[in-house]
Amino acid sequence: MNRPRPEPIQQVKQRRDAALNALVKSVPYIQFLGITFDRRGDELTAQLNFDEKLVGNPMLPALHGGATAAFLEMTAMVTLHWTVLWEGIENGSLDPEAMADGDLPRQPKTIDFSVDYLRSGLPRDAYARARVWRSGRRFASVHVEAWQDNKDKLLAQATGHFLMSSSDRE
Amino acid sequence: MIDELKRAQEFLLALPHSRALGMEIVSCSGGEAAILMPYDEKLIGDPKTRVVHGGAVSALMDTCCGMAVLAHPDEPFSTATIDLRIDYMRSASPGQTILAEATCHQMTRNVAFVRAVAMDEDRSRPVATATGAFTVEHKTEATS
Repeated sequence: MNRPRPEPIQQVKQRRDAALNALVKSVPYIQFLGITFDRRGDELTAQLNFDEKLVGNPMLPALHGGATAAFLEMTAMVTLHWTVLWEGIENGSLDPEAMADGDLPRQPKTIDFSVDYLRSGLPRDAYARARVWRSGRRFASVHVEAWQDNKDKLLAQATGHFLMSSSDRE
Repeated sequence: MIDELKRAQEFLLALPHSRALGMEIVSCSGGEAAILMPYDEKLIGDPKTRVVHGGAVSALMDTCCGMAVLAHPDEPFSTATIDLRIDYMRSASPGQTILAEATCHQMTRNVAFVRAVAMDEDRSRPVATATGAFTVEHKTEATS
């Protein structure tokens, strides 16, 4: 009864990063907003890289509430999708290379999204992490928090419900 | 009337994010606003269906609601979103312009309440609806 040797670290990292990359690169709106994702194990942190086009109030200046909402929704959605795909990525049933070539599992669809704006967004990078509180066969509930300089002083938070693609009748 | 519309469009164009999303004012007066957002590939959220991402619809709704507040007869000086909830009824059809219509139906001294609906070219079936609360800053209340 020999335990199989654990995979080499480079192989593990390469697989996970390739899968995440495929997921993120496939969405034009992620590129438009300039969102990047950091990964530690299965935990994702999204970063909204500041750009002039994200500004809503040029006088203050402050981030556009719509940009903040989109950032939160994108973080919630990618984190949910990533969480659902994780097992397949780890057990090899999902191939990151095929994913990069466009063979991507269907995304969850937003049912509703409720944003709570806590502070005006400063003209600098913002970060967000989402937590999937429930992910069932049909529905998922996700909470997401965004901050800028200080993680204890949230910029905004949101809760969203999503329809899982596995429940679609095609 | 035309001047009011022109002013609203200039205001909208001064908001970099709204400009980046290609928004255009259709109407803006009496606590109501209507804004268009043309289809653009950079707004795609799902590469398979080429449907615009919900976040872009949120940005349009947020802008439209804010404009409705500013268009209220009380003439607030500025506004910011406190809370915005969006319900997505269906995917917007790829290639179609999205139209948002917002109504500021209640205005108190500090808070404005707004409802909005987003449609694609099929106006009979909404793509999304929104409910929001916005701050109200009055010109006269100049504090330190």
